[in-house]
Amino acid sequence: MAKDNRDKTKGWKDIPIGGLIEKGGTAKAYKTGEWRTFCPVRDESKCINCMICWAYCPDSAIKTKDGKMTGFDLDYCKGCGICASVCPVKCIRMEKENK
Amino acid sequence: MGNIKLVPFTGDQAVAYAMKQIEPDVVAAYPITPQTEIVMGFSQYVADGKVKTEMIPVESEHSAMSACVGAAAAGVRTMTATSANGLALMWEIVYIAASTRLPIVMPVVNRALSGPINIHCDHSDTMGARDSGWIQIYCENAQEVYESTIIAVRIAEHRDVLLPVMVCQDGFITSHAVEGVQLFDDKAVKDFIGEYKPRFSLLDVDKPSTVGPLDLQDFYFEHKRQQSQGMRNALTAIPEIFNAFEKAFGKKHNLVDSYRLDDAEIAICALSSTAGTVRGVVDKLRKEGHKVGLLKPRVFRPFPKDAIMKSLSGVKALAVFDRSESFSSQGGPLFTEIEAAFYDEKSHPSIINCIYGLGGRDIFESDIEGVFRQLIDTAKTGKVKEKIQFIGVRE
Amino acid sequence: MANLKELSKTIPERLSSGHRLCAGCGASIVVRQVLMGTKDPVVVAAATGCLEVATSIYPYTAWEVPFIHNAFENVAATISGVETAYRAMKKQGKITKDIKFVAFGGDGGTYDIGLQSLSGALERGHKFVYVCYDNEAYMNTGVQRSGATPKGASTTTAPSGEKSYGKPQRRKDLTAIVAAHRIPYVAQSSVSHWNDLITKSEKAFQADGPAFLNVISMCHRGWGFPQQDTVEISKLAVETCFWPLYEIVNGKLRITYKPKTKIPVAEWMKRQTRFSQLAKEEYAAVAAQIQKDIDEDWERLLKIEALDQSGVK
Repeated sequence: MAKDNRDKTKGWKDIPIGGLIEKGGTAKAYKTGEWRTFCPVRDESKCINCMICWAYCPDSAIKTKDGKMTGFDLDYCKGCGICASVCPVKCIRMEKENK
Repeated sequence: MGNIKLVPFTGDQAVAYAMKQIEPDVVAAYPITPQTEIVMGFSQYVADGKVKTEMIPVESEHSAMSACVGAAAAGVRTMTATSANGLALMWEIVYIAASTRLPIVMPVVNRALSGPINIHCDHSDTMGARDSGWIQIYCENAQEVYESTIIAVRIAEHRDVLLPVMVCQDGFITSHAVEGVQLFDDKAVKDFIGEYKPRFSLLDVDKPSTVGPLDLQDFYFEHKRQQSQGMRNALTAIPEIFNAFEKAFGKKHNLVDSYRLDDAEIAICALSSTAGTVRGVVDKLRKEGHKVGLLKPRVFRPFPKDAIMKSLSGVKALAVFDRSESFSSQGGPLFTEIEAAFYDEKSHPSIINCIYGLGGRDIFESDIEGVFRQLIDTAKTGKVKEKIQFIGVRE
Repeated sequence: MANLKELSKTIPERLSSGHRLCAGCGASIVVRQVLMGTKDPVVVAAATGCLEVATSIYPYTAWEVPFIHNAFENVAATISGVETAYRAMKKQGKITKDIKFVAFGGDGGTYDIGLQSLSGALERGHKFVYVCYDNEAYMNTGVQRSGATPKGASTTTAPSGEKSYGKPQRRKDLTAIVAAHRIPYVAQSSVSHWNDLITKSEKAFQADGPAFLNVISMCHRGWGFPQQDTVEISKLAVETCFWPLYEIVNGKLRITYKPKTKIPVAEWMKRQTRFSQLAKEEYAAVAAQIQKDIDEDWERLLKIEALDQSGVK
């Protein structure tokens, strides 16, 4: 027998009418990091904080603070490898993740 | 009658004037006969600086409704107008306007849907849209459509309703014929419709909304159930608003109107201008002693089942006039819904369907008298000549 | 010169993480870089397509800004309504903020079904930026051909098979069609040249009227290349002059990037499985024609630039 996957938490009276989503960024509740097979790893000593990886991450998963790259947001990083590919000093490599 | 000032207006001019008094923030419209006079008239008000409305001269009706959805979602009062194929072209977005719960008001000048192409009156356009989730009000004359356009704004924006409204009038017959129309005071109209308070706005950048998301199988049904409820709520909200209108302007509107129906045994049910023609025949036959009457539904969506059943109790023979064919092989839309409404009643009249007036084919008093005489016979003998009849077509 | 360090500090993230676009999707890179072109609050509209579907599955929205999706072919008409409402509110003194309006459409919703509403919005002169993220097919529904699909590419509705190599027709030059509407700013760009794109985006947002950006958007699923090569593939598209980078400012064209060495288009095509059939001997003439078309277009572009810039001081 097939599993009933319907979300039974909210009824029609509990949600705003017309499909309206009343606030921004609710997608952050969905952790796309679970999609990953490969994980980015950075050699901090080589990083020049050029911000190019930040400009190219399709998932806004490069963390920055005060003009410096501070890490990867692994809750959302899908492991696409674009950061490693565009890094001008090649300080990022993609490693197979063991889950 | 007193000193009521009447202005010579066509139905289209009356609607354009109502729009002027409503003064929506945005109008996005595309011309199509016989609605053109509305858009042209309103454009002149804009050009003369008589309204603050921003007009968008869109390049198609599909874009007209699309721009209206955008503007209404941006929290402003929005209107458009169309007919026939224009309504057909915007069909996709008409559904979206209703499901997004946007209070857009759209006068529709009823014209036959192609094909063949025909610019004259019938109800195939708005009847075709009866499942779209829009509220539909049908108007007999210029006075009614002027008043109903104003009332429609309150209905659409009612917090328990929040559904767009079509205000319908017969193409050419009403839209292009001159009548004496009583206009109301600008301020009184503005006071009646009130200031628009949108439920949300895309322009509220501090409180970002997402409008029109993708619903998968887990949410679409709930959103549609809400929409269903909005239409049900309209059955209570509309009479309340009609009462408020009567208080403000002394003019009565009902979900259904009736004429000499209280003790009638024989009745014709008809929408819009044809109801006027029927009224004359009712008076003639009443003089002969026949107990005949007229039922004129004003609101078709939501379907005012209780009001119709109440009005028709006691009627023994009924003809429902449809100015459109729904091609189900079982009759037109108004007939089908009224017949179904009788199913739960203790008794029901003998009912026939008269499909008439397609593509602007005239309906004459003699045609209507012929139907009444059929019904008089049916009430006596119980026999029906033919269940579904086409009145006025050349056999 | 756009300064990425400054931008990372000053521009808020308008598109959050958590959207369902494929890993390595070019479209979200386009969106993120385009939106770096303005500090002002933005309202975004999107046509049905990969971007819209993946970023707004109820109840999840990846948009941190007001967002509207209406239907497939009408994003330009929809944003026209929003922008007009804004002008109405501003005139009435009910809004004082400066808000920018941007519409995103894929090539499907722009070149084909959306062309009419785009044309109308451009002609009416609404103040908005239209961004076409051009991934050269209807990707969201399974790689069906569009008017933007290049000659020779295999798609699911014009596939390569025993009797056909794929799409025989050349793609539309939509940027030229848009320029014919005489709007203040039109440009072609690519995320591979982020400075080019962000600078053009800044100009687009400052234009006093409609602005249009046609940005090539790589789809590794539909084009057939490894996901991490997304940016590299777009760079090749530019270096082969398949996707020239230029802008048209008030009707005058200027090429913003000229490759030092123009690479043969075969170098770009061989990296994508959608062109693999063109390596066959029997289609050598097709491949040659594709190169010829690109060469002629590039030469023509150079001539137009020379003409347009001759009067410019």
